[in-house]
Amino acid sequence: MIVSIDNLVVNYGARAALRGVSLEVCEREVFGVLGPNGGGKSTLFKTLATMLSPASGAARIAGFDVDRQSTEVRRRIGVVFQSQSLDKKLTVAENLRAQGHFHGVSGAALTARMDEAMNRLGLADRRNELVESLSGGLRRRVEIAKGLLHRPAVLLMDEPSTGLDPGARRDLWRYIKELRDVQGVTVLLTTHLLDEADRCDRLALLHEGKLVAAGSPGELKARIGGDVVTLEAVDPLALREALEARLGVRAAVIDGVVRVEIDNGHRFIAEAVEAFPGAIRSVALHKPTLEDVFLDETGVTIGSDS
Amino acid sequence: MMHFWMPAATLWWRDLVRFWREKTRVLGYVGSPLLFWLLIGSGSGNLAFFFPGALVLTVMFSAVFSTMSLIEDRREGFLLSMLVSPAPRSAMALGKILGSSTLAWIQGVIFLCFLPAAGYAPGWAGVLEAVGVIFLIAFTFTALGFVIAWQMDSTQGFHAIMNLALFPLWLVSGSLFSMTTAHGWVRWLMRLNPVTYMVSALRQALERQPAPDMPGFSVSVAATAVCAVLLLAAATAFATRKSARSFA
Repeated sequence: MIVSIDNLVVNYGARAALRGVSLEVCEREVFGVLGPNGGGKSTLFKTLATMLSPASGAARIAGFDVDRQSTEVRRRIGVVFQSQSLDKKLTVAENLRAQGHFHGVSGAALTARMDEAMNRLGLADRRNELVESLSGGLRRRVEIAKGLLHRPAVLLMDEPSTGLDPGARRDLWRYIKELRDVQGVTVLLTTHLLDEADRCDRLALLHEGKLVAAGSPGELKARIGGDVVTLEAVDPLALREALEARLGVRAAVIDGVVRVEIDNGHRFIAEAVEAFPGAIRSVALHKPTLEDVFLDETGVTIGSDS
Repeated sequence: MMHFWMPAATLWWRDLVRFWREKTRVLGYVGSPLLFWLLIGSGSGNLAFFFPGALVLTVMFSAVFSTMSLIEDRREGFLLSMLVSPAPRSAMALGKILGSSTLAWIQGVIFLCFLPAAGYAPGWAGVLEAVGVIFLIAFTFTALGFVIAWQMDSTQGFHAIMNLALFPLWLVSGSLFSMTTAHGWVRWLMRLNPVTYMVSALRQALERQPAPDMPGFSVSVAATAVCAVLLLAAATAFATRKSARSFA
């Protein structure tokens, strides 16, 4: 396991930000950490990036402890921050050169790596432009080029798509998959976006500092199985009770909407509408999404800003 | 050794490049002490007396404010990527302090060009001595700025410290009145104040003769150098320390 996290507890002052998280990431995997803001994913990211010390438990990258062997870990990780870690008054090439120097790469070897990184990320014709003159998407690409310059085994990315337009997001994901397939890099990223989480090989769902579920997006959704039916009702609580009593299904009321997970949802809809005329305002059916998985495990939604 | 000097030199170089690209903003630090000196010096009819103090003020402003960028820089800026790199923290402290002190030194030397207007004629030896002393002063203030900025979460707090501690220290450093004219406890404060030794070293480098009412030249230089070394050690220790905050 290239990344292994064992019962990790991290505190921010008196507040517990991670409360005993264990998970493992395989080599050449794109692993996503999904959760609402404040769920603990940023804390996990910072701990793996050697910026925070755990209170107890341990995290290892390539066999090295992120807290006690942080220098060894830093040689092997590339970190792509959500906020800009670029100097806007320097050019693209100058930013990359500085990054190389921090990692002990210099001279002709560094120039070769810079050229390679800039070519791969489509930055070659921008090399002498000041970072402040670049668009958000281009800046993110410079951040990634920077994170990869020292050829890390693991790339850590904090909310990589945030602030990018759809075109730039597509490019980013094409590149992430290429990294995995061609260069064998393991990518660990945090996100609160469902569509981004859907593209990962495997996922961990974090809520209030705890791991609520882990697995591939397909596996997670298969846990729910069947269909998800949501019903808007005149009186949601009364409808829930009536559904449970008369049709023998398990229902829940979330945000004023009655929600039922069931096989053969289309048949259930027919029954329900037939059984309670006038009580139902509208009905919708969908296949389970990661939002449903999260809702199922925590009783709350990830957030409406996706 | 390469892994120490290369990151340190890179940070130093970065400060110089940024300085060159933002000349007008940074040179503002020379402007206000210069105006201050011209007004108070011309008004009191003694441009020479106020010159060394005004120069020290220029260097202090520049040194301390260019370390202020550390506060943002390591939380959501350029230094973040250095903090998660294998480069030693001591290299980061030294590189940053050398970079900012070089800028403060350049501004001090620009101020020194007004020497003839102040009525000083120290000769080349005196100018060279002054240039050296200015670097030492710049280094000391930058190291102090690093130590303060590293503890701070906001730039507002940094301004408060500047106004509450540093500016008063400058006021009682022999910049505005000499130790012999000072009364009571202020005289003792002046003797304990590290800035007194900076002003005294610079004043004597320019006057080319020992002044009876202040510490001697070598004592002044030595006292400043001791401060510089202690502050550099503190800066390195702070930067190396592991912390449970959002940076380490």
